[in-house]
Amino acid sequence: MLKMTNLYDVSKCTACRGCQVACKDWNQLPAVIEPFTGNYQTHETTNGDTYTIVKFIEQIDDVKGIQWNFLKFQCMHCFDPECMKVCPTDCIKQTEWGAVIKDYDKCIGCHYCTYACPFEIPQYRKRQDITTKCTLCYERVEEGLTPACARTCPTGALQFGEREELLIQARERVKFLKANGFPNATIYGEKELGGLNKLYVLTDTPDKFDLPVDPKVSGNIGFWQNWVQPYFGWLIPVTLGASALSFVTSRLLANKAPAHTEGGHE
Amino acid sequence: MGSNAAENHPISFKWLTEARDKRGAKIISVDPRFTRTSARADIYAPLRSGTDIAFMGGMFKYILDNKLYHEEYVKWYTNATFIVKDSFDFDDGLFSGYDPQKRAYDQSKWAYETNEDGSYKKDMTMEDPRCVLQLLKKHYERYDIDTVCKITGTPKNKYLEVVKAYAATGAPDKVGTIMYAMGTTQHTVGTENVRAFAMLQLLLGNIGRAGGGVNALRGESNVQGSTDWALLYHILPGYLETPEAKKHSNYQAYVDALTPKTGYWQNKPKFLSSLLKAYWMADDPVKSYDYLPKRIDGKHYEHIALFEAMYNKEIEGLIIWGSNPIVGGPDANKEQAALYNLKWMVAIDLWQTETSEFWTYKAVDRPTDKDVYGIKKPEEIDTEVFFLPACNSYEKAGSVSNSGRWMQYRWQACDPVGESRADLQIVNDLMLRIKKLYEGSSKPQDEPITKLTWDYGHGDHPDLNIIAREINGFEVVDGKPGKLVANFTKLKDDGTTASGNWIYSGCYPEDNGKDEDYLARRRDNKDAAYPGTKPIGSYLNWSWCWPVNRRIIYNRCSATPEGQPWVPDLTSIFWNGEKWVGNDVPDFGGTKDPNGPGGRDAFIMRPEEVGCIFSKRNEGPFPEHYEPWESPVKNLLNSQELNPAVVIWEPDKKADPEEYPIIGTTYRVSEHWQSGVMTRMQPWLAELVPNVFVEMSEELAREKDIKNGNDVIISTTRGDIKAIACVTKRFKPFNINGKSYHEIGVLWHFGFNGFANGDPANRLTPHIGDANTMIPEYKAWLCDIRRA
Ligand code: SF4
Ligand code: SF4
Repeated sequence: MLKMTNLYDVSKCTACRGCQVACKDWNQLPAVIEPFTGNYQTHETTNGDTYTIVKFIEQIDDVKGIQWNFLKFQCMHCFDPECMKVCPTDCIKQTEWGAVIKDYDKCIGCHYCTYACPFEIPQYRKRQDITTKCTLCYERVEEGLTPACARTCPTGALQFGEREELLIQARERVKFLKANGFPNATIYGEKELGGLNKLYVLTDTPDKFDLPVDPKVSGNIGFWQNWVQPYFGWLIPVTLGASALSFVTSRLLANKAPAHTEGGHE
Repeated sequence: MGSNAAENHPISFKWLTEARDKRGAKIISVDPRFTRTSARADIYAPLRSGTDIAFMGGMFKYILDNKLYHEEYVKWYTNATFIVKDSFDFDDGLFSGYDPQKRAYDQSKWAYETNEDGSYKKDMTMEDPRCVLQLLKKHYERYDIDTVCKITGTPKNKYLEVVKAYAATGAPDKVGTIMYAMGTTQHTVGTENVRAFAMLQLLLGNIGRAGGGVNALRGESNVQGSTDWALLYHILPGYLETPEAKKHSNYQAYVDALTPKTGYWQNKPKFLSSLLKAYWMADDPVKSYDYLPKRIDGKHYEHIALFEAMYNKEIEGLIIWGSNPIVGGPDANKEQAALYNLKWMVAIDLWQTETSEFWTYKAVDRPTDKDVYGIKKPEEIDTEVFFLPACNSYEKAGSVSNSGRWMQYRWQACDPVGESRADLQIVNDLMLRIKKLYEGSSKPQDEPITKLTWDYGHGDHPDLNIIAREINGFEVVDGKPGKLVANFTKLKDDGTTASGNWIYSGCYPEDNGKDEDYLARRRDNKDAAYPGTKPIGSYLNWSWCWPVNRRIIYNRCSATPEGQPWVPDLTSIFWNGEKWVGNDVPDFGGTKDPNGPGGRDAFIMRPEEVGCIFSKRNEGPFPEHYEPWESPVKNLLNSQELNPAVVIWEPDKKADPEEYPIIGTTYRVSEHWQSGVMTRMQPWLAELVPNVFVEMSEELAREKDIKNGNDVIISTTRGDIKAIACVTKRFKPFNINGKSYHEIGVLWHFGFNGFANGDPANRLTPHIGDANTMIPEYKAWLCDIRRA
């Protein structure tokens, strides 16, 4: 089946954050009101009730002077999702058209997917003891609609369609941008990690947008696959409480936990 | 310039991006700080708040010195060729005719020379030293690039980049547009700022052409509609002046004083008469004119003036309808104190606002002890407050007019919540009850009410079709509505026609019992093109546009003097040898030969019938740079510091720059709406921008030992507020005449209610306004800042 995806063209995004609100609306997610800390960005990264955010990054370019880069950030729906590989309860699935989705009934909130994810996307939702993330609006897409974010975007920065077609468009756009003052313009998501089912057109190199230039699979995966997974079958009945297990194992992996400090962008 | 379109008019911005992608347009952003618009612009240039005229003046000089103006256009379609009388003069910031006591000009000193037959004297070579083009040149001689940049603080290379890029649109085959908003208007020189844009567009031949114009981005979606409908004290619907008691004591006096001898406004009596018939259908307009309320001659009734009057106990009751001055009004502490003097107040809004709750404990809190106007506690306030819940635009039907003057009908999407009601229901009920109270009265002073025609159906909600038909206008037969008129050209001044607003006449020309009879309901999104031309985005069958569905006013200018398109691909209208045809409704006599008499008089609404580079405003015929009321620097261009024609309400509140050395400004963000009543109540929007913050440069933060995210106190002579510091590379100190000055910017959406709350920034702003409109100077004032 053809892959269906979003193309996010950063050169058109005005960071209005309509997408962020549309996502909350469709998924009926409560507001997570955190005090303003000095950057327009609402949260350091995604959280259990916020599947997508827009990042605001200030930069001084040697030639152009001040630049203010925006980036819509959410699950990348990897072709080869690490989160899915490590999930002990098999709650993560991939649709034929490329959405990586979770069955929250099965999720035990163990955080493995978070640690495995090269973008540290799945986040913990305490009130249900699960981890959550962007679904690529698979329920909408399967009913013939576009994802809520793409539908709301007023500038045309976000589009939804067949990945192959969007890739052609993205290549054209990068060519145009390169010829019009953005020599470093590039596509992101075409090849990264073997391909992402979210495509980006960036006006500069990925690092200027807080994206890993060459994203890597976490070192813990090997540890997980070699040590934890083989024993998992009997670990469950023994430990009974899924939360207890999650507690123990997350401690095991705690050294990988990202340092979430405040005000990292300015 | 003066607009942050990407943030505050996000939909408009998508068309700019499209113009860049499809037609190679360049986007220029001129703003004191680097915004989300600047981030998506090709050129960004900073300017200090309140120096727009200096910025524009430098452009005029550059364009005139280098002859980059659109010569043919300027010659035929503007008053550049007109000769001005010798009594016009300018010296050191003052034009001739100034009276310092009255702070006003005798504008008759700025008249044109006329020929014996009364026509205007012109010099078509534009070389006469007394012609407007030469006077313009002389006036802006002083605005050289060095002087301009010393005033605005714009780096010279950036300034030149902007000037060169924009001046290039003076080529006949190029068009440029200016999008402005409250960054332009909210100054003591607000009107002249806009005038300067209009002059620039006339010089470059950018008015009346597809892709050109001076585009006001409104503060909300129906500002155009609200001005068309006279939500201002000085006008009646359709831009007819409100009468003054002595000057316009009767119908004839009004007509004589306010009807010009040339231009389309000669028809004013027809529009006035028809409006009066719509109000009082059974009466002769000459009589019902007396029913119109009159204002006291020369008295101010603008927002600031009303609150000054309340503060001085001249007003005892107030209906406050969809307005929240405790957050949105200038000098909000004073405006709050003004409300204490009311006996009663009716507040109508979606939610309880800071204004409807001005009497609560929440309204007392201040971050410091400073209390300039005497803030009162609930037990000290006697005002009786009534609150009527109104419903949201999605919960009712009706039309809004966008800034392109498109009257677009919107259907109701859902039922109103709770007991909330549509504004129309509220006003209809109110008037019906008032009429009931006066029923049977035979007192002559009650006639305006007893004789008022008020008949909009018998349902709970007034019938929108009846209202729309009244707006369109009809013949009046035996004091009753008759046949609908086609448009305003059919209106009469003898009391035989009625129309609620002449400019909207034509929106409901026929009644065939169909929904689309009301043309605002049309939804045909085909952009059809006239045979042999390309479409220009007129969408003539989408909704309806005043006047007479014309999408670009003054579109005669879209063709050469001979009547042919300037650029074949951008054909608005053209002369086909017999008549004017094309992709728009001609704003010109349909069969008027371009080479015949008056065939080039493109600006039919002006008495001169041309666009005015030289025009009468309260502070002069050419915009001149004056410093804001509160400014840290001296005026480098003349010894008048402040606009000589503004009203000074509170001389004692003018800040001493020694004590308050920092320039302050206010603005909005995408995520909140106006005074925040609608958005701060929405958790998802509160999440996006949860607190009031103040943007400042890293340099200022260092000087004041403020860290990003710190709580700070901002002070002016009017009050203090608390905000969170947003220390950013996007704000830079300005180099003004060799010295460095700081500017900060505060979001003004906040108040004590809602999920996102904080101090209103308008507790800081002054009670002073523009010399023509009294729009408050929200955008440039002085303050100081410290860590909380
Ligand atoms: S809705 Fe579109 S323009 Fe707005 S922030 Fe999201 S991607 Fe950017
Ligand atoms: S981005 Fe992370 S959460 Fe999303 S599919 Fe890839 S690995 Fe899974």
